Amino acid sequence: MHYCIMLRSLVALHCRIGQTVLPRQRHHIQRHQSLIPYLQNAKCSGSAITERRKFYKDVSISQGEGGLYEISLDRRKLKTPGGKLFTVPNEALAIAVATEWDAQKDTLKFYTMHLTTLCNTALDNPTHRDKDQMITAALKFLETDTICYRVEEPSSLVELQKHEWDPAMEWIEKRYNVVIGSSSNILGPEIPQETNDTFRQHLSSYNFWALTGLEYVITQLKSVILSFGLIDRHLTVEQAVLLSRLEEEYQFPSAPQIQYWGNVEWAHDYDMYELRARTAAGALFVHLASESSTVKRKLLQD
Amino acid sequence: MASLNSPLRVCRGILKELRALRGPEYKQTMAYNYVLDQFRKNQVTGERYCRAQQEALHASHSYLCLLSSTRQHMALHNLYHVKGERSREQVAGMVGLRLPTQPGGKGWEK
Repeated sequence: MHYCIMLRSLVALHCRIGQTVLPRQRHHIQRHQSLIPYLQNAKCSGSAITERRKFYKDVSISQGEGGLYEISLDRRKLKTPGGKLFTVPNEALAIAVATEWDAQKDTLKFYTMHLTTLCNTALDNPTHRDKDQMITAALKFLETDTICYRVEEPSSLVELQKHEWDPAMEWIEKRYNVVIGSSSNILGPEIPQETNDTFRQHLSSYNFWALTGLEYVITQLKSVILSFGLIDRHLTVEQAVLLSRLEEEYQFPSAPQIQYWGNVEWAHDYDMYELRARTAAGALFVHLASESSTVKRKLLQD
Repeated sequence: MASLNSPLRVCRGILKELRALRGPEYKQTMAYNYVLDQFRKNQVTGERYCRAQQEALHASHSYLCLLSSTRQHMALHNLYHVKGERSREQVAGMVGLRLPTQPGGKGWEK
């Protein structure tokens, strides 16, 4: 569990650092491609990168070339950390991003602007990957999927995992007609190749933006199964996050008979809200990024 | 299907979060108009299952979760993580304890 928390804060830190928005700080990002230099960098000047004084008053959106939406801060157009013009494919996403910029008070807190971060990642593609590589990276999580790994004791936790995780497992096996299974072995269940093929084929129907969001959700929840449940609207964000953090939740006083250590606001709640915010942003991003087809269908119906 | 709150509650929730972000002039923001507009557009008269409406409701639910979680996360962040290192008295106070003030008094150990 400690490992899980560490990993989460590592990922959180990584995202915070990799989020600078203006070209002036661009060299920071380009100079350090791997995670470790980011962290070293963070130690000496963390707050300077994650926060910045607000330098604009009005935020507006406009539709530019090719029907893409742009964001303007006062009169200046927003750019990505990579120096590209910041554009998004539809109005809903543009408004959501503009709202994030609009909501900043005296300092810009980039670590609270999850949708902006996701758009930047999709636009700049800092790791230079194509769709195939992203799908492979996302499906890698299936081998170590949170809900495939069960404990053998204590019995109350065994019961809880069975009770909470089994329905999600049944849902995905039925929905995609695949076999996954769970295991209490350290090696995890043996997942047949056909399962991987089915998911790969399904994922290839997503566009690049949606895949960016989906991969983000998977890395947050540490589970392909829960992420699919969320993106296919079988679960809400709150449910998915609860299931992802089941072992931590188990120790909370919310279920008095199995209370072990108690809830600590500045660690557990802090993590939970952060995870919820990130997961919600990712899920919304996937839905908005694959939106254009929905809009078309509606127009045809009228 | 995930159990979702009624559209009205989600809509109100989002507007409440927008007000928390922007203060009293939140009604002039793009987001306010867009959200209201979308909720009005997606109202349907029949009771029939409508996929597009369910999709919109799920997305709006996610958006509400994004806004409220970010707000609550920031509140905890400001409370616990912003100020740097604290004094002994403050740390003790965070877990509901007080440091002893006089020898032999309550909390004093030899």
